[in-house]
Amino acid sequence: MQFFIMAKTVLKSLFRKPATVKYPFGPKILSEAARGSIIIDILKCIFCGMCQRKCPTSAIVVNKEEKTWNIARLRCITCGYCVEVCPKKCLQMSNQYTEPMLTRHEDLYKNA
Amino acid sequence: MTKRTIIPFGPQHPVLPEPIHLDLVLEDELVVEAIPSIGFIHRGLEKLVEKKDFIDFVYVAERICGICSFIHGLTYCIAVEEIMKIKVPERADYLRTIWSELSRMHSHLLWMGLMADAFGFESLFMHTWRMREKILDIIEDTTGGRVIFASAKVGGVRKDIDNSTLKTIAKKLESYQKELKEITDVFIKDLSVRHRLSGVGILKKEDAYELGAVGPTLRASGWPRDTRKLGYSAYKNIDFEPITETIGDSYARCVVRIKELFQSIDIIRQAAAKIPDGPVEIKVTGTPDGEYFARTEQPRGEVIYYAKANGTRFLQRLRVRTPTFANIPSLLKMLPGSSLADVPVLILTIDPCISCAER
Repeated sequence: MQFFIMAKTVLKSLFRKPATVKYPFGPKILSEAARGSIIIDILKCIFCGMCQRKCPTSAIVVNKEEKTWNIARLRCITCGYCVEVCPKKCLQMSNQYTEPMLTRHEDLYKNA
Repeated sequence: MTKRTIIPFGPQHPVLPEPIHLDLVLEDELVVEAIPSIGFIHRGLEKLVEKKDFIDFVYVAERICGICSFIHGLTYCIAVEEIMKIKVPERADYLRTIWSELSRMHSHLLWMGLMADAFGFESLFMHTWRMREKILDIIEDTTGGRVIFASAKVGGVRKDIDNSTLKTIAKKLESYQKELKEITDVFIKDLSVRHRLSGVGILKKEDAYELGAVGPTLRASGWPRDTRKLGYSAYKNIDFEPITETIGDSYARCVVRIKELFQSIDIIRQAAAKIPDGPVEIKVTGTPDGEYFARTEQPRGEVIYYAKANGTRFLQRLRVRTPTFANIPSLLKMLPGSSLADVPVLILTIDPCISCAER
């Protein structure tokens, strides 16, 4: 049993940089692999609807006739299953998180 | 006879990260009886199995718990793989072991932080979580998520870690170990911490067995039982022994978890050295038909998944027995006789994860 064991750690941290990120005054560097949000290269998409069928939360809606690709960002859980099953590899996982939104809108992408 | 008072504890209480309610019957300052009630956050995830494809359900299984998410997903995958008689590639088995141990480390560090917060050692709490953040960084670099890994899959794993990264992780953990020891020494040796935890909430060896305690709660009472010893995933090729303590008080439960942290580092090191090359997943065809009980060791103890399939894309029944649920009877055994001020510490020593107990 000892006293002041914590003192060493406390003294060390007095002279150390803060362990936390000084956001928003400093940049928050995200890991390359972080699952942030789904991005689509709509020009490559063939609207097969594979991502819609596989999405566990039904966040993606694909319309083949109108050539639209729709994603509800708030419903998406960024599991990356759509990226995995996409036959044309036009879906990608970006490490940037979706920006906060005020309304429950959906992001619509159109290949016109 | 002294007057009896009933004090409601929870579901909202500073020490509780998740809601559980206890009616504490007190005589003066001493607890004589505790009556629990759970069911505040039941989400019906087991029922969802009838509506989700058995391959997609792994995402739901991972979300049963926010802390031991990977092992939930893994256990579900093991259950389905055993029904379908799928042999997972060996490299995937090793990766599953590594991720399981990383998630055990971050869970134990989280618990230690909460514990330090519960007995009022704020700076220790912050330093523990600073250490936890480093583990979370490793997890994020390898899987993309901090607590929801989304890397287990029926038939293997979804991501590979290349051998050089594995070596870097093992090396990083080597230096991490020294830094971690500085923090864990405070838990083990510091006078104020020992004074707060020693002799509080003793669970006798026989009681722990009879009440069906699992995980560190059971091992702190002297039972060398660890489900990892069953040899699922790559644990069969790894050399380790269950960590036990004999006294069974709060301090013993704390020490078991701390020693398990270092054991996890050792297991990751062994796995990183032994991992073979090869594919990480195999193609799954057909549908499951049959039933299976899968058992794995979570940070909190043994979790049991019962899955029953009838040859369609949807499972017929899924039942999950989480470790917290098994540890609640032991908690009720520890509480009588303790003082009201010890109740928060006692509730934390079983590492309650209520949202997975209620699913």
